[in-house]
Amino acid sequence: MTEDFEPQILAFTCNWCSYAGADLAGGSRIQYPTNIRIIRLMCSGRVDSLFILEAFRHGADGVLVTGCHLGDCHYVTGNMFTEFRVNLTKQALETVGLEPERLRLEWISASEGEKFARVVKEMVDGIRKIGKNPLRS
Amino acid sequence: MSSKGRIGVYICHCGLNIAEVMNVNSIVEYTASLPNVFITRDYRYVCSDPGQALIKNDIKENDLDRIVVASCSPRMHETTFRRVLEEADLNPYMLEMVNIREQCSWVHIGEPEKATEKAKSLIRMAVVRTTLLKPLKMEEVTTLHSVMIIGGGIAGLQAALDLANQNHKVFLVEKEPSVGGHMAQLDKTFPTMDCSICIFAPKMVDAGKNSNITLLTYSEVQEVSGIVGNFHVKIRKKPRFVDQIKCVGCGICATKCPVKCTSKFDVGLGVRKAIYVPFPQAIPLVYTIDKKHCLYFTKNVCKICEKFCEADAIDFNQELEIIELDVGAIIVATGFDCYDPSELGEYGYGTFSNIVTSLQMERLMNASGPTGGKILRQSDREKPKRIAFIQCVGSRDKRTGNVHCSNACCLNSIKLARQIKEKHPESEVYVFYNDIRAFGRRFEEFYSKAREDWVNFIKGIPSEIKEDPLTKNLIIFAEDVLSGYLLEVEVDLVVLAVGMIPPESAKELSRILHIPRGTDGFFLEAHPKLRPVGTNTAGIFLAGACQGPKEIPESIAQGKAAASSVANLLFTGKVMIESMIASIDQDLCIGCGLCEESCPYVAIILADRKASLEEALCKGCGTCGSLCPEHAITMKHFTDKQVKAQILAAFER
Amino acid sequence: MDLRKKNVLVIGGGVCGIQSSLDLADMGFNVYLVEKEPSIGGHMAQLDKTFPTLDCSACILTPKMVDVARHPNINLLTYSEITNISKGDRFNVTILRKPRYVEEEKCTGCGICTEHCPIEVASEFEMKLSTRKAIYVPFPQAIPLVFTIDKEHCITCGLCEKMCEAGAINYDQKPINMSVKVESIIVATGFNSFDARKSGEYGYGRYDNVVTGLEFERLLSAGGPFGGHLARLSDGKIPKRIAFIQCVGSRDEKSGNLNCSRVCCMYSTKQAVLAKEHVPGVDIQIFYSDIRAFGKGFEEFYRRSENEFGVKFIRGFVSEILEDPDTKNLLLRVEDTETEELIDREFDIVVLSTGLWPRNDIELMEKTLNISRSNDGFFAPAELQLSSVIATTSGIYIAGAAEGPKDIPDSISQASAAAMKASISSVRTHIGGITDD
Repeated sequence: MTEDFEPQILAFTCNWCSYAGADLAGGSRIQYPTNIRIIRLMCSGRVDSLFILEAFRHGADGVLVTGCHLGDCHYVTGNMFTEFRVNLTKQALETVGLEPERLRLEWISASEGEKFARVVKEMVDGIRKIGKNPLRS
Repeated sequence: MSSKGRIGVYICHCGLNIAEVMNVNSIVEYTASLPNVFITRDYRYVCSDPGQALIKNDIKENDLDRIVVASCSPRMHETTFRRVLEEADLNPYMLEMVNIREQCSWVHIGEPEKATEKAKSLIRMAVVRTTLLKPLKMEEVTTLHSVMIIGGGIAGLQAALDLANQNHKVFLVEKEPSVGGHMAQLDKTFPTMDCSICIFAPKMVDAGKNSNITLLTYSEVQEVSGIVGNFHVKIRKKPRFVDQIKCVGCGICATKCPVKCTSKFDVGLGVRKAIYVPFPQAIPLVYTIDKKHCLYFTKNVCKICEKFCEADAIDFNQELEIIELDVGAIIVATGFDCYDPSELGEYGYGTFSNIVTSLQMERLMNASGPTGGKILRQSDREKPKRIAFIQCVGSRDKRTGNVHCSNACCLNSIKLARQIKEKHPESEVYVFYNDIRAFGRRFEEFYSKAREDWVNFIKGIPSEIKEDPLTKNLIIFAEDVLSGYLLEVEVDLVVLAVGMIPPESAKELSRILHIPRGTDGFFLEAHPKLRPVGTNTAGIFLAGACQGPKEIPESIAQGKAAASSVANLLFTGKVMIESMIASIDQDLCIGCGLCEESCPYVAIILADRKASLEEALCKGCGTCGSLCPEHAITMKHFTDKQVKAQILAAFER
Repeated sequence: MDLRKKNVLVIGGGVCGIQSSLDLADMGFNVYLVEKEPSIGGHMAQLDKTFPTLDCSACILTPKMVDVARHPNINLLTYSEITNISKGDRFNVTILRKPRYVEEEKCTGCGICTEHCPIEVASEFEMKLSTRKAIYVPFPQAIPLVFTIDKEHCITCGLCEKMCEAGAINYDQKPINMSVKVESIIVATGFNSFDARKSGEYGYGRYDNVVTGLEFERLLSAGGPFGGHLARLSDGKIPKRIAFIQCVGSRDEKSGNLNCSRVCCMYSTKQAVLAKEHVPGVDIQIFYSDIRAFGKGFEEFYRRSENEFGVKFIRGFVSEILEDPDTKNLLLRVEDTETEELIDREFDIVVLSTGLWPRNDIELMEKTLNISRSNDGFFAPAELQLSSVIATTSGIYIAGAAEGPKDIPDSISQASAAAMKASISSVRTHIGGITDD
């Protein structure tokens, strides 16, 4: 199904690495699609599975979770829990009939503005192929 | 008054940065229609003095109790606007910033309509979140008047001296047996042609004598915990096998020691003994036994040094010591490593005997170096008549992974070239370069002088070097890009101007201190313009080449600047810290212990099947909160309720 | 020790003087910050963006300016000049407070005066590319936000006085001499841009569309004469071809300055990228002798400008510029040093990357301060290698571009360094036994 629609993507970033990476994309004027809304948290470890599920329940076509690279976490180990949790949540998505590809985890450092933009682009293209979230009204 | 507050929303044009891309009027109109929004204003620069005054005035006149500023990244101005609220007697946490510049107008330049819509929904998310914000108390902690400086090169030493002279206690940690760093290895400095060690040694001596400075040489930082004002540090002091207090530095041990090994200080060109000081002016002047080469440690024989030491300082049983310190601030001044050109096959470094790096050339030039200041070839100990410098080795070169320019190599090679010409005016000297970056004070004149001295500058980086198997001479193949000619130049010695790369320790230190590195591997400053020596972790500062390649005067300036930042921080003896931390509802807690397990700061302790929080240790990551199966943990300022409201608002229409 | 009794003088309110003042004030010193213009901000306030991050310059500078205004330990003396310094146990400094004809305490900065003022004058801040009134603030974010009457152009019509609700206008204000005693002095007086008229072959001043780097900066800026929409000065048309000529007034024997100005390579690269952003598809060629991208992130930015933004870098020397009198287009005669060909190329705008020179009034400052200058004209450090912020007279420190061309991060580092030195020398008597410097 390649229906022409505008995917809605919600992103969670940590304050230290990936949010700064997104800022750097701006500073460097690296363009990416407007389909994304960012929620800033202090650490990706704060991203509760419920936040992700809540986003899908309210119509997100995709959710992007981003944080510092493993080993670089500002809070030492926070992102290790994120990785674990995102994987579990992917399984949960499958059980309710949503494609696990709608949920993506990426480590983006404060100096990877280019990567942030690329990930958003890839994700928007990918979700366009998968199609609308069936829960979206 | 509504229970959810009276919100003032301020939309910044940021000159044209925002206003050029999106339709501010339409955003204002939309925002004004949102529930609980009492005032909506747009302004050219909200961060400017009149912009700030506008907010303060509105808070007072209209009784606003929550503020939303839609402008640049909160990383830029959150502190600015929090202070505005504070000055208007509003709790600084009743602020939410919406990033419509870095994350909207600047990344959607060609899509004005979509960018405007995105800005509207970002503002909607913020307004909903703002209605749920709660005032938080800023905590004040007292700061210790002591500083740890990591790295005893020129930048670290300068910072240490400045702070010590301002009466702060300084702990200077250096991993080598002596302070000094790279500057101690240089022969001369450019463009002044000062003798490097002559101008540097007095500073080293000062640092050794200053009663406010504790030198911890041959030591490495193992662990850092705590926060600004109160860091707790563990340092590994490696065993020297020489008692630092007893050793008088007479050197008889080294004279008698039968084992010769290559000297790291002379970059592999000279020899030292197994018991050694790296260089004669070492501070502290205390000998160190190199366990890897010492006959006692390798073969259980010898102990000659012990026999001859009149001070009775040799102690083969010395053990690794862990030193624990409490300091108020930390300066990182770990410098750089020189790029290792062995991996560049086309130049044959390591294979051909008459190719040296620029740092090796410094040692060959130096009167106390391995050749006593005579420039000699490795293959036949002959004086080279034709010498070529190759620039940008391991810099400005994607293949090596180092795209950055190393800042000092152009002038350093010119300096070495001029020294050669001074010593041996008949020599032929070539410099193969990309661009000559003579940017500093008196650099250009220094460069012109070299050209007047008949140093040949050729624009073009050689593609290959071959060795004549008989003479061991080197043939350089290069294209002179100015003339287009293909050149073959035969020389007796090649000097590779190796670039500066992040030190090997950077990765580990980045992990220990939780300070990020850039794509070039050097430590990332908090802001390139506003805070070039700050980091994102309060109380930790950077100085010198660990932040990026730098020459000596700039490293010194940064050393002083970092010292100034520390002095500012410690001056009042107090510092305000964020109060965005966790809080535990013990009634809901079932004592599962997941939170305790997840906390890297040991801030949560489980006792009697109830978790309790040590607030001073919590740094507010929120990981515990999202793990708690009973939702008994609330992460202040990022509560479940606040985040969920944002999520919901993202998909509202 | 009570540092509040210790006074330090900072001369110059650019980013460097601002940083020194804030550092010292945070340490508890009582700072006198003297700026001769009506507002602090200096050259950085005139910049649109900064390299290599493309940060908006005003956005990072103005909060610092606001901090200065509200710091309880900083006495901000704008529109003021140092007229005399004598040294006893401390420095006795005489400061001339020039009359603004507007009372600083009363003026609310509302701007109604300027709205009604009938006299238009070329704006210094806008590099005379647009106008201001005879009663004015140099730029909207000025600190202090107090208006100033330009006596030379004011016709004393009385309109501003009539309109001012605060009663702040005072045509009879007189100059005031104030004197302060300070422990140490930081000189942060900055630079002047090279006067491009001296390089006659480029026709600056004769040809409408030949502009200097700083003028082009204003053309790019939102606050600038075309509101940030890049256009030619001769006809307001959007340019299709822009050339930058590097090293104008730097590395050039004819101009009398052999030194490199350090910032022009990168500011031109930045301006080229911004111009590409303003006018997609514009052809930009930079004529250079060496691209000196030596600082953190510079080389990477230079590569991006070439590979991603399509800026063309040509190693070549422009010998002459001719103007087409009809179209006002510019013909560049270029010697491509890589091919040795002489080529003529036509452009719509030519930007001269003018170098950084010592301030025009530096000789006067030199006499007043009694410190030495180097042969390049900038203030000389006592010792170049180890203590570049220490001037030749003890107790005086130099920072930023007053000591030689410098970019913003280097100026800020030096500003903090000078503050550190000044603080140590000012508290020296209290702890004794210092062996540094």
